[in-house]
Amino acid sequence: MAKTLFEKIWDKHVVKQIEGGPSILYIDKHFIHEVTSPQAFKGLEKRGLSVFRPQQVVATADHNVPTLNQHLPIKDELSRIQVQQLIENCKKHQIELYGLGHPFQGIVHVIGPELGITQPGMTIVCGDSHTSTHGAFGTIAFGIGTSEVEMVFASQCLMQTKPKLMRINIEGELNKGVVAKDIILYIIAQISASGATGYFVEYAGSAIRSLSMEARMTICNMSIEMGARGGMIAPDETTFQYIKGRQFAPSGESWNQKVQEWSALFSDTNAVFDQEIHIDATAIQPMITYGTNPGLGIAINGFIPIAESIPDEGERHTIQKALQYMGLESGKSLLGLPVQHIFIGSCTNSRIEDLRQVALLVKGRKKNAHVQVMIVPGSQQVSKQVQAEGLDKIFQEAGFEIRQAGCSACLGMNEDKIPAGEYCISTSNRNFEGRQGAGARTLLASPLTAAAAAITGVVTDVRELM
Amino acid sequence: MDKITAIQSRFVPMPIENIDTDQIIPARFLKATTREGFGKNLFRDWRYSDDDESQPKADFVLNHKIYNGEILVAGKNFGCGSSREHAAWAIKDYGFKVVISSFFADIFKDNSLNNGLLPITVSDVFLQQLFQLSPADTLTVSLEAQTVCIDKSGQKESFEINSYKKTCLLNGYDDIDYLINMRAAIEQFEQQVA
Repeated sequence: MAKTLFEKIWDKHVVKQIEGGPSILYIDKHFIHEVTSPQAFKGLEKRGLSVFRPQQVVATADHNVPTLNQHLPIKDELSRIQVQQLIENCKKHQIELYGLGHPFQGIVHVIGPELGITQPGMTIVCGDSHTSTHGAFGTIAFGIGTSEVEMVFASQCLMQTKPKLMRINIEGELNKGVVAKDIILYIIAQISASGATGYFVEYAGSAIRSLSMEARMTICNMSIEMGARGGMIAPDETTFQYIKGRQFAPSGESWNQKVQEWSALFSDTNAVFDQEIHIDATAIQPMITYGTNPGLGIAINGFIPIAESIPDEGERHTIQKALQYMGLESGKSLLGLPVQHIFIGSCTNSRIEDLRQVALLVKGRKKNAHVQVMIVPGSQQVSKQVQAEGLDKIFQEAGFEIRQAGCSACLGMNEDKIPAGEYCISTSNRNFEGRQGAGARTLLASPLTAAAAAITGVVTDVRELM
Repeated sequence: MDKITAIQSRFVPMPIENIDTDQIIPARFLKATTREGFGKNLFRDWRYSDDDESQPKADFVLNHKIYNGEILVAGKNFGCGSSREHAAWAIKDYGFKVVISSFFADIFKDNSLNNGLLPITVSDVFLQQLFQLSPADTLTVSLEAQTVCIDKSGQKESFEINSYKKTCLLNGYDDIDYLINMRAAIEQFEQQVA
């Protein structure tokens, strides 16, 4: 019988199917971080249990870490305690921790792939909704809550109901200035912030096949922003080349065997999806969001919708509330809007390729005097690569500030926050009210669009600078 | 986990769509290492001006004592965004036992079920009817019968729930008990695939 990519992986991981209920799904890799794991460790200990398969768990500290002076103790007491708790829990349960100061430390969804831990065909979970990032390698990867983190600690399994399956086909060549972030912002704007709830999404088509692994990760990363449990892309030669030679990648004879196994991971020609969507890549322009959910995005040269003319009452209220929060007006263009902050980072866009794109655009240019620009590499390894390639010099000469690895200003949890009422063009994944700090106004965009605004100080069509 | 049975209560209406978990509990309150006490910061930035508890926002429903009860009724796509289970903990800790909406985000729904907080999906039409009721009106939720009833009119709406999850909630079982008992079968599975 013809199977989808998802079904091929899912079927291999079902330990037991409960009648009239969920499946018991085996989990290959479990990533953890400091924010969503402490209560799970406590729960486990309360039951007198140890971690069932500690060697399949990998930990890092990312959400709650400062991005300056990481060699010093964390100033905020609660953050320090939480990070310390992770260190103690990992030690107690013999879990590998890439904590602050470790050369592998970084954002959990950046380090898994770059270390070669993430491999095609795996099931991967983490107490973080952007776990979908790992789907770029042809894995079933999804975010879970803390109770589920505890379940995986206790049994290396989860109780899961099989989701519905959606395939999004993107065909055609991308326009100048259009990168992966624009593709995913375009898709979410088309199908809305809840358009894929209940589904697991496979991205396919010539536009996807032509993308690098970094770009594929950006796309899969934001699957959750349209409600999808996860997103995935069938592995191919691009995937294998990316993995080959990485720290924990298979090698020697085992490499050839793995590549053969991985090569069978694709949706069969006659495989059936519950929903299929077709997108013309040539219709995609550089994108930017104007509202307070990631589905409220427009082409950079487009106009904010006229809220009053939207027939659906709920949607109208959503947009009116968003525009009020954002201090923006119906029917207007965003081009020329002065911004105060540029944040280039997060699990969506902090990989070496993102930073190379930014460097290429800003080389020989200077930032506008009225903006603060923060570049936060996704991991220590990305930081090292930035230096090795001399990108740091380009950024410094442009007046950009380069920080140390972490989630930083993506989520308003650590020290990096955007002040109330100010605008930030951010390469992160969420523009929710207060996401980057109470009252902060976030405009989501690609690293290229963010870099363009850094130079001009206003929302800019990057194609004018290319 | 707490058992859920029948609940009769007033409800708090929140006719806003796409309420994300960053609104339910902002990230700066996720620094605790225990599950308790998150209710204090539920909808923090919608409840207070300038993060100051002495300045409640007059237009926010939780700041009106007339609206109360163990049931939260919210617009569609409730709980979208971050997977933080702290959102379910905060709602439960504040005193809610049931959340009713016409559409829930997947992870939030799972997190709620894992904490004895019952997410109930109703039709858009029924949801709008709930928003039309007065603050004194009560609802009766029966998990056993899988119904929500508007007590004043007797109007009833049925809801779906996975039979396995229903059994868990009615008895206060959690998945983890089940999984721990499965360890032998899991080990066998590991040997087969190795």
